[in-house]
Amino acid sequence: MGLALRVTQLPNDDPPERLAQMHRSLIARVAGNRDREAYKALFVHFGPRVKALMLKAGADHAQAEDLVQDVMITVWRKVELYTPERGAVSTWIYTIARNARIDRLRRNSSRAYEDLEGMDLPSDDPSGEDVAFASQRAERVGQALAELPDDQKQIIELAYVHDMPQSEIAGTLAIPLGTVKSRMRLAYGKLKVKLEEMR
Amino acid sequence: MNVLYHLDDATVLRYASGDLDEAFSVVVAAHLAMCDQCRRAVRTAEEIGGQLLEAEDTPELPIGDFDRLMQRLDGADGKIKAAEPSVRHAPAGNGGDVPVPLRRFVGPSLDAVSWKVIAPGVRKHAISLSSQSASSLYMLHIAAGKPLPEHGHGGVEMTLILSGAYRDELGRFSPGDIADLDEHVEHQPLVEPGEPCICVVATEAPTRFKGLFSRLLQPLVGI
Ligand SMILES: [Zn+2]
Repeated sequence: MGLALRVTQLPNDDPPERLAQMHRSLIARVAGNRDREAYKALFVHFGPRVKALMLKAGADHAQAEDLVQDVMITVWRKVELYTPERGAVSTWIYTIARNARIDRLRRNSSRAYEDLEGMDLPSDDPSGEDVAFASQRAERVGQALAELPDDQKQIIELAYVHDMPQSEIAGTLAIPLGTVKSRMRLAYGKLKVKLEEMR
Repeated sequence: MNVLYHLDDATVLRYASGDLDEAFSVVVAAHLAMCDQCRRAVRTAEEIGGQLLEAEDTPELPIGDFDRLMQRLDGADGKIKAAEPSVRHAPAGNGGDVPVPLRRFVGPSLDAVSWKVIAPGVRKHAISLSSQSASSLYMLHIAAGKPLPEHGHGGVEMTLILSGAYRDELGRFSPGDIADLDEHVEHQPLVEPGEPCICVVATEAPTRFKGLFSRLLQPLVGI
């Protein structure tokens, strides 16, 4: 079993675009014929990452492992809802993990997010252009993140990875809430500029 | 829909990272259901999460974890199958003028909402949430030409127009428009003449006594 898992494991030194493409084809295989090898490859790649995310959000090991299971089951169950023009597979799995985090760690409700899942944007058609644009977009966002000044990147990471409420970020960094918000806006503004360069 | 007033970028990031409680996430999702521009913005903001998830460098999970997962999938058999998106949404119904994320609470039609008069020309429908939210969610139905009531709290609020229109210092807000305001912004909206204005509002919990007495008083002092 251990050997089989290694065979299907994705090479980690792949350039991001090839990796993203591979994830899309794995998802397509799960959606198309419930391909378990493809599903396993997704688990091997994303399982540990989702677990790391949950640990940083404050889950203990057992809880984080349960959440990995829940997230991967949702991937299996909702795989038809993923369409490449929506963005990277990692983004889709992130949103599933975020919703699980809202329900289980924050004891809030992610149902409002789920209500929008089936809703597509008007320009979303299965044309190759949109898919190409979407995969480029993920890469651009990655670049823009890498180029953020430390004080902005820190706030983005505390919010997205450590699941820290806005007010707690302000408290932890001993800065006013308004500063947290303005750094968020600055960081997001840079992403938008990066994305507009693509058009 | 010609939406003029959109979400603050900081709100887009908070929604994408899961930092809004239920009351606010419902109002934001209701705006997203009416606004392609903000839905696109949220998608970009979620891409941040995808990139950060991808960047996590972590040891492998034990093999047993995948076996356990497959056991759950096989064991549940009939239960875990493909989701049927159409089933999870409330039907469009008569009129269907309520945005999808709100239908779970009030149904598909604004005509069917039950109102309680709280002041002359002002009716309210309080929404009880499924989670323990510190914030509150309610709808307002305000007669043409009337001012929106003073909220009397210092917290953040978000107002989404569903029908009719109001005007304040910032401009004219009509269906689809959202007032996503910081706590400092003072405004006194006045409903436009002609038809009543229906909106949905999320407010942060007011910092006041949570005792029985003040809860009894609350309906008297308004919202
Ligand atoms: Zn908008």
